[in-house]
Formats: sequence, C-alpha cells, structure tokens
Amino acid sequence: MKKLLPLIILGALAVLPLVGLNTYIMHVIILAVMWTMAGIAWNLLGGYCGQVSFGHAAFFGMGAYTAGLLMHHFGISPWWGLVVSIPIVAVVSLLMGLVVLRLRGPYFVLATLAIGEVLRITCENLTPLTNGTLGIMITRTWVEKTPYYYIILALAALAFVAIRMIIASRWGYYFVAVREDQDAAESLGINTTLYKTIALAVSAVITGLAGAFYTTYMGYIDPQVVFSLGEISILIIMVVMVGGVATQWGPAVGAVIMVLLAEVIRSIPRLGTAYQTLFGILLIVIIIYLPNGLVGDFHKIRRIFRKGAA
Amino acid sequence: MAMLEVKKVSMFFGGLAALSNVSFEVQQGDILALIGPNGAGKTTLFNCINGFYKPSLGEVLFKGQRISGLKPHQICRQGVARTFQVVKPLSRMDVFDNVLASAFLRNPTRGAAEKVVDEVLEFTGLEEDRHVISKGLPLGKRKRLEIARAMATQPEMILLDESFAGLNPTELDVSIEIIKGIKKKGVTIMIIEHHMKVIMSISDHIVVLNYGQQIAEGAPLEIGQNPLVVEAYLGEASGA
Repeated sequence: MKKLLPLIILGALAVLPLVGLNTYIMHVIILAVMWTMAGIAWNLLGGYCGQVSFGHAAFFGMGAYTAGLLMHHFGISPWWGLVVSIPIVAVVSLLMGLVVLRLRGPYFVLATLAIGEVLRITCENLTPLTNGTLGIMITRTWVEKTPYYYIILALAALAFVAIRMIIASRWGYYFVAVREDQDAAESLGINTTLYKTIALAVSAVITGLAGAFYTTYMGYIDPQVVFSLGEISILIIMVVMVGGVATQWGPAVGAVIMVLLAEVIRSIPRLGTAYQTLFGILLIVIIIYLPNGLVGDFHKIRRIFRKGAA
Repeated sequence: MAMLEVKKVSMFFGGLAALSNVSFEVQQGDILALIGPNGAGKTTLFNCINGFYKPSLGEVLFKGQRISGLKPHQICRQGVARTFQVVKPLSRMDVFDNVLASAFLRNPTRGAAEKVVDEVLEFTGLEEDRHVISKGLPLGKRKRLEIARAMATQPEMILLDESFAGLNPTELDVSIEIIKGIKKKGVTIMIIEHHMKVIMSISDHIVVLNYGQQIAEGAPLEIGQNPLVVEAYLGEASGA
C-alpha cells in the first residue's frame, strides 16, 4: 500500500481537471504543483545535503529568463526554455559552486543570498538584454489551464521520482553523510566537494525548470518577481520547512499549505498586504513546535490530536 | 615491508611546533602504538597522515607512495582509514546506514555494499543495534561504530584515535578483541592510546611523543624501561 501511494496520488491528480474546477482553483493548484517541484529541488541541497541556500531565486530566475529571452530576442517558443535552461543553469550553478561550496554553515547561507540578490540587480540593470524592470511579456500558448496543469504535473512527478531514486542510492547516502559531519564524511573516502557540487547542480536545474515553466504559464516576468528574495528564495525554504526538511513528501505538503495560505491571507481585506508578516510568524511557530515540519513531526501532531480526542 | 613511513614530519601552527621532525615506520601487519602525555601532538600527527593537515615539513609515504598533500578522501581511497577521538557518527542515521555510507567506497552497488555492512557489524558486535539511530548509542558503542565505519572502507591500514577512552572494563575487553581481530585480517594498525596495560599487551611497536618531539621508539618492553618515557609520564603525574 505504502509503495503504491505515489502512484495513487499521481492518478488522483491526473483525473483532477476532469472534475470541472473553475479556472481560479486550477490556477492555485498549478502554483502548488510548481512550488512542490521547486521545494523538491531545494530539499535535495538544503534538506538532504545540509547546504541551506537562501539564493534559489537565482536558479528560478535564470530558468524563467532563459524562456523569456528566447521568445523576446529570437521569437523562439518559450517552451524551448525548459530544454535550454538545463545546460545554462547547470553551468552557472557549477561556477557558483566553485565559490560558495568552499564556505560552510552561515557563510554558505550568506554567499547564496548575495548571489541571488546580485543576479536580481544585474537583471534589473542589464536593460538591453533583459528589458530591465519593465520585464518581459510573452503570449501564452493556451488560454485554458488544463494543458499547463498536466505539463507541470509531469515535470514535478519526474523531479519527485528522480530525487527519490537519488536519495536511495549511493549519492543519497553521501549527501546525508556530508550534512551530518563533513569531516567524518571526508575521512571515510567521500569527496565532499564533488558531492556538494552534484547536489547543487541537480537542485539548481530542477529549480530552473520550475522557473522556465513559470514564464510560459504566467506570460510575464520581471526581475523583482522571479529573482525575488522574499517571494522565491525564502518561499522555497518555507515550503520545505513547513512540510518537512529531508522528507519525501514534505515539499508537496508544504507547497499546498503555503500556496493556499498565501491565497487566503491575501484575500482578507487590509490584513492581506501583511501576508509576509504572517508567513514569518508561521515560520517561527513551525520551528519552535514542529522543527521537522508537518511530515517529519507527523507522529507529534497525531499524538496531540489523540490527546484532544481522549 | 614498511606500510607507512613518516619522514621528518613537522607541523607548525603559527610559532608553535605541534610536531617537530618526527620519523618512524609502521611495518605491514603490525600494531604501532602512539603514546605520550596530553598535548604531545598525537592527534595532530594523525591529521597529518590522514590529510586534514599538510605537514609543514617532511612527508608521509603509504606503500612507498607520497600521500601528504592529498585530500582525506583520496588518502582513504588509497587504503588508510581513521577513527576520531571525539566520535563523529552521522547522528541522524541509524547504525546500518552509517556503515553503509562508508561501504559504498569500494562497493558502488547497494547489494555488495550491504553485504560488507553485515560482515562489519557482526565483526564489531553491533548487529543488534543496526536499526538504532546512532545519536542514541552509548559511548562504548559509538566508539565501536567509529571502528565499524572505518573498517567498512576496507582499508589496508587503520588509524585508531583513542578507541578505548571512557570505556568500562567489559567494553574494553570487547574492543581489545576487535583490535586483535583487525590485526588477524592483516590490516596494519596505528593506535593512539593512554591505557598503558592495553598498549603493552597488544602493540608490536611503540612511538612516544612529548611536546611534539619523538622521545623514544621501540618494543613495548624497552619503552617501559626507558628513563625518558618514565620521566615524561611521571613528571606529569607529580605535577598533577
């Protein structure tokens, strides 16, 4: 039963559009699936390999802009962005890795945060290439939501399976060994720099794919959105923290909750503008009471509910 | 045959010479004990051999090949494994996974690696604890887990940093048997230890360090009667 769970969930998600949901609900679901994919990517590097990145907007934005610029400059379908973003994001992440992966702990965090911000500012000011803060507008391929839904569902499912396989393999063990004790890992024959680089590159490429999808789906991007510290880099971390760091289902659970919360809070008059403040409070509560997230601390939650029932 | 050659190794930290001009050889299949008072430079020497430090002067040869300057993971791949005095288990992994992470070094496929883990766990007497999260193990078993992980890399030589410290008498006996078992497998051993009774009974050769200087070297009996060694140890004892 437990082995079949991913298939059952995928099957349920596959027939979901047939129910005939309205476009707004479809939009929310598509965003949740997209954030699941991004969360899965971040979780590999930050959760399993223990390298907490505050700069994943760099990869998301790069993927998004790859798709956008192909259309903007060459008139090539932004769907090619999904393909082209892979080598571009991979190469850039490897170059970044040369610098940031030498750093440990808080220094790594700060370096990734800086890189994300540097890319945003560069993108804002490199007007001839990126159209600056005006952003890039493209025509969307479809008006209805269903095709986008199936595409992001397929991408997220692929990412889920790929990461699941990696985690069960030798690589997965090496990633966790690096997280638990880098010196011990190194002296047990694990090339920690190499495996951190692999985790970074795989994580970056998947995040970039989510970004490229974002462009094709939303039809408009600008640096302050796709390279955003708060809306991308930190939201990715929140998705994983709320769902459960280094858990298989954490990113999916976290993405659904965060996207729903964002929509609900924003729709409250006046309070809506303060949704990031509320996210901050939520994060503090999660860290204090459920440090392993909803999935990681599921047994704790169940105990609380049992007590409540008794 | 000399498995490991330490040649005129010195290590400076700023103006402090943590090791000065240390030279000795470890013969294949032997147990060499490295002893000396606290702060003598024993762990520093391990760090120089295993690649955490590059010696400031001198070099280390393993099977005739220079290894100083290589990274720790490269040295481990060449066949030198080590344990840590302050144990470093992969805390949130269970015992089996801890050892599995090391076994992958020479067994890329999971099936082969798991077989090695089973052997090593049996050898170190940890098979009953295979599903215990390593954070929850008592110290004695965490020390044994260190040995198990090192053995899972299938080394030709193993560096044991105070694997007996803090053990109760029963645990001590178990660990001594494990060390003898490692020797029986033909793995060369270098061990840092304070427990003199253990050292005298298991080691083939002893090197004594004091303040980074190599003050004596020889068979256990000679070392026990060496006036310099006695002074280094008794001097410390009278000061305490």
